[in-house]
Amino acid sequence: MADTIQHNKRYEAGVIPYKKMGYWEPDYQPIDTDIIALFRITPQPGVDPEEAAAAVAGESSTATWTVVWTDRLTACEKYRAKAYRVDPVPGSEDQYFAFIAYDLQLFEPGSIANLTASIIGNVFGFKAVKALRLEDMRIPTAYMTTFKGPPTGIVVERERLDKFGRPLLGATTKPKLGLSGRNYGRVVYEALKGGLDFVKDDENINSQPFMHWRDRFLYVMEAVNKASAATGEVKGHYMNVTAATMEDMYERAEFAKDLGSSIVMIDLVIGYTAIQSMSNWARKNDMILHLHRAGHSTYTRQKMHGVSFRVISKWMRMAGVDHIHAGTVVGKLEGDPNQIAGFYDVLRQPYNEQNLEHGIFFDQDWAGLNKCMPVASGGIHAGQMHQLLHYLGEDCVLQFGGGTIGHPDGIQAGATANRVALEAMIMARNEGRDYLAEGPDILNKAAKDCKPLQHALDTWKDITFDYTSTDTPDFVPTATASA
Amino acid sequence: MRLTQGTFSFLPDLTDEQIKKQVKYCLDNGWAVNLEYTDDPHPRNTYWEMYGQPMFDLKDPAGLMMDLEEARKTFPNHYIRLTAFDSTHQWETPRLSFIVNRPPEEPGFQVTRQEWEGRKVRYTIHSYATDRPAGQRYQR
Repeated sequence: MADTIQHNKRYEAGVIPYKKMGYWEPDYQPIDTDIIALFRITPQPGVDPEEAAAAVAGESSTATWTVVWTDRLTACEKYRAKAYRVDPVPGSEDQYFAFIAYDLQLFEPGSIANLTASIIGNVFGFKAVKALRLEDMRIPTAYMTTFKGPPTGIVVERERLDKFGRPLLGATTKPKLGLSGRNYGRVVYEALKGGLDFVKDDENINSQPFMHWRDRFLYVMEAVNKASAATGEVKGHYMNVTAATMEDMYERAEFAKDLGSSIVMIDLVIGYTAIQSMSNWARKNDMILHLHRAGHSTYTRQKMHGVSFRVISKWMRMAGVDHIHAGTVVGKLEGDPNQIAGFYDVLRQPYNEQNLEHGIFFDQDWAGLNKCMPVASGGIHAGQMHQLLHYLGEDCVLQFGGGTIGHPDGIQAGATANRVALEAMIMARNEGRDYLAEGPDILNKAAKDCKPLQHALDTWKDITFDYTSTDTPDFVPTATASA
Repeated sequence: MRLTQGTFSFLPDLTDEQIKKQVKYCLDNGWAVNLEYTDDPHPRNTYWEMYGQPMFDLKDPAGLMMDLEEARKTFPNHYIRLTAFDSTHQWETPRLSFIVNRPPEEPGFQVTRQEWEGRKVRYTIHSYATDRPAGQRYQR
């Protein structure tokens, strides 16, 4: 039962618990247009979990610490977020999942900045909770359709690139920093000619003293066009246009467009509003927009506190990016297989069904928004191709930076090794083979026709990154007795 | 040079047995397969000539393989590609596309550079084969 204090007493000056102010409504049935947020709450010792949930609902909607009479000038009951369900987190002693419903009219249409200013604006520093994490959100169709979503999407990107039926292949130019424009373009040319579809600027390549952005763009486009002629394929390079101001970013993006680039890139650290602006620009100019998730691990990695990457994935698909780095499972960066599967589902499916094993708490209709291409990058190599295809599917970009540029026979050989490994694996999968189990065998056979692949397998065969994940699902399937 | 458009161009040319398995994969997914041919393999040449329409109601890969045999006889010196179309909502696009015939010699492409203001260069990619009229390209 709700403990809300009724009538005049509710508005007597002073401090009353959030639970009694109308932010805890256990009988509330969310309606189709409500935005629902699921928080993992760790209340301070002695704080009632329902009161903590009510406090989160209050502070992320209308409340302040004390009663204000000006509430009565508004339809305040409508504007109050309502915590309506609190469940203990399985397997933990002090954590609770709190479900909070928000009225649609609390939010500005089409604004990630506004949505997030409410949902994660104030509450994460709130003293009554020891830790707080936003685990998932249900975005109603009524709100979803106010966002434009990815400007290009997986389908149109593939049509533009004329590449179907396999993951795209990329690499990040290494070393990340220090190459001159001329040397940088060399890496791009070799990798593209060798068989990659894309090469990429790294997140921190902007316009430094060793290489100004114009110089990079000019040399890179020479490499892209030359490689396209050498192979007869469409090739590309993600030009990172991240800069100090919007004006700088627009200038760089326009220059990339003038030079004939098909894709530009931004970093998550530019902020949600800048991302939406660049998405509009990309939509207007027929450009693919790549997003590097620079900075996200500061708030996505720890399970107790922050924002789950599945929520960031949702926001970024709404904000409108075509590519987003979303984990590799097998590479060097954090990634539990089930969690990553959940992120990929969020980015690619037209409709997400609740799937607690993958960390998806709500059914989510994407209302026709384009699909966003996940990018797998960081410590992956050709020898893992069967695992990558198994875990990540075919609609993604596999980025082999070190795994291309670090090849013993050079960058072209590295690129060729990756492309041959990929095509061999796709062929085997389509033929109905158990490619995950037979993966090493499939790769070894393909390497018989391809020395670079053989050398890649020899060089990296034992390289794995086998560490325990910190961000793991709370729900695991339990075996049921079969009849 | 070897034109590397399509899903399997980095592997040795597919045998008919291998092609048949890929067709079966497409049909099992409910996709319609078709053949297209061209002697202008520019990367932006989207519309290769259709060798008949996509086979929407095909059940047996053998049907496509018969067409392929015919197409190869008619156009031995052309590129021929097999494309699978998915009509599922929110796909509605090719899902697999690979080369099943290529000319014996592939002369490749030239990059033409037009110098422009501020060190900018306008690039054009030109297929050497298209210096000759359509139908007469790739002939020894």
